[in-house]
Amino acid sequence: MSPSMTVLDPTDESRPTARQRAPRLDALAGRRIGLLDISKARGDVFLDRLAEHLGERGAHIERLRKPTFSRPAPADLRQEIATRCDAVIEALAD
Amino acid sequence: MSSHPLADGLIAIVKKACPTCELVVPVLEQLARADIPLAVWCQDEPNFPPGLDVYDDRELETSYRFGIQTVPTLLRIDQEREVARLEGWLRTDWQQLSGIDDLGLGLPPQRPGCGSLSVEPGRAERLEARYGDRLKARRIEFGTQEDDHEALFERGWTDGLPVVPPTPERVVRMLAGTDRPSDEVVAQIPPNLAPGTVEKIAINAVMAGCKPEYLPVVLAAVEAACQDAFGLHGLLATTLSHGPVVVVNGPIAGRIEMNSGLNALGQGNRANATIGRALQLVVRNVGGGRPGEVDRACLGSPGKISFCFAENEADSPWESLAVERGFAADVSTVTLFGGEAPRVIVDQLSRTPVSLANSFAACLRTVCHPKLPIVFDTILVVSPEHARVFRDAEWSKAHLRKELIGRLMLPWEELERGAGGIAEGVPESMRQPVIPKFRPKGLLIVHAGGPAGLFSAIIGGWVNGDTGTQPVTVEVRS
Repeated sequence: MSPSMTVLDPTDESRPTARQRAPRLDALAGRRIGLLDISKARGDVFLDRLAEHLGERGAHIERLRKPTFSRPAPADLRQEIATRCDAVIEALAD
Repeated sequence: MSSHPLADGLIAIVKKACPTCELVVPVLEQLARADIPLAVWCQDEPNFPPGLDVYDDRELETSYRFGIQTVPTLLRIDQEREVARLEGWLRTDWQQLSGIDDLGLGLPPQRPGCGSLSVEPGRAERLEARYGDRLKARRIEFGTQEDDHEALFERGWTDGLPVVPPTPERVVRMLAGTDRPSDEVVAQIPPNLAPGTVEKIAINAVMAGCKPEYLPVVLAAVEAACQDAFGLHGLLATTLSHGPVVVVNGPIAGRIEMNSGLNALGQGNRANATIGRALQLVVRNVGGGRPGEVDRACLGSPGKISFCFAENEADSPWESLAVERGFAADVSTVTLFGGEAPRVIVDQLSRTPVSLANSFAACLRTVCHPKLPIVFDTILVVSPEHARVFRDAEWSKAHLRKELIGRLMLPWEELERGAGGIAEGVPESMRQPVIPKFRPKGLLIVHAGGPAGLFSAIIGGWVNGDTGTQPVTVEVRS
């Protein structure tokens, strides 16, 4: 039997934290739904349509926008989403 | 009677193979008979000197912990702290330290010592890896039945090719390549914005196959790639094929024998191949950026294993890329560029700069798409035989760039959507009579390649500007 090898961990050694999912909304009426545009082409077209449908169901719409899709959302924006929205829908791709 | 190593008194560290240690045996016997507590540690023979109580330091732990360079070394300990140290044999000093006036009277007045086993090449790293407290990374022990290389693959730490196992000894050797402290955070590595310490980067540099002397270049590449302007998060996450390209300038390229000549953009040179790879492994392992996860490339590129080369400055008719970007010629730098795989420009017939510029322009127009201007920067790699045409005609680099940009002022009729029977093109909202293919600083020109071959190369860029990437140059620090 060969002796075992010891190596140093090349990763950041973090483990994903298991988080409880937020509870599902029991209704749309009166709820604040964030629509996050990440500044990808035609994301606004998709979100406009969603806003129409959600509005018809009585949801209150918050429109949000990342400055650019190529960088993570700024902390301020994440804070805004957390405080102003009950749920958020993100238009992720073109 | 010997005593605990850190009890107050004297510590002597010796090895039998050292003639000076043999010489001082009567002195050690004399010290042992005196009232001062004495601990003798021997590096190579547990019964040397015979007749004395000796601590066995064949593992060299004590020698390492005391930082012993020479044997014999005599230490004086007071309140568990070293207060005096003598190396080799110098009678008057030993007499003074021990307070014994007739110590070693029959011996010559002085003899130099020998090298401590704990600082022998190869052994010093092993001792630091074993007993040192510098390495902070978690140690992972593979099972005795595990194949080491399979274990590295299975943990998801490789880019698909084998890696060098990052043992503590190898990482200690790698860290010797830089003066920077191992716990210094060089950058926050995307996508997880995890702290990229010198140690973590060194671990990945070992895995990539780097030599210690490459580490400063790897550190600089990581630093540059993680500057906000470079936009590494987006470059990683994009569905496009691009990845970081590293261009090395300045004296470091020669010192670490990088390739800027024959096959400069290809395989076969250890520094070129492993520096770019180390950067990619840092993103993968420290940042957590893996293909199919945050890396959403539709096709990718072989350059995403490693894409790093040096500029051929010695034979260039022009100032280097780094000099153009504001650095002195004797400063070593890395320039990070978000680019795709290189493609070749074939022109074996042009003998005038005008004809060759026409060729270059025609090929450059196709970067990403012939109908998509302004948003994609490019590196044009001019080979020596092509560069000679410009040298002979006394075209400066600025002149060549001006001629190329002038030839690539594209008329709206060729760019608009639908033109040429192609739906792709510039949207109406950007309509202008003429749109340049490249923004003013968007065409980088580098000289590289072997002496023969009338071929140059284009490295097309990812989306530029604030939403994309900007080339970033940083100095390589030791």
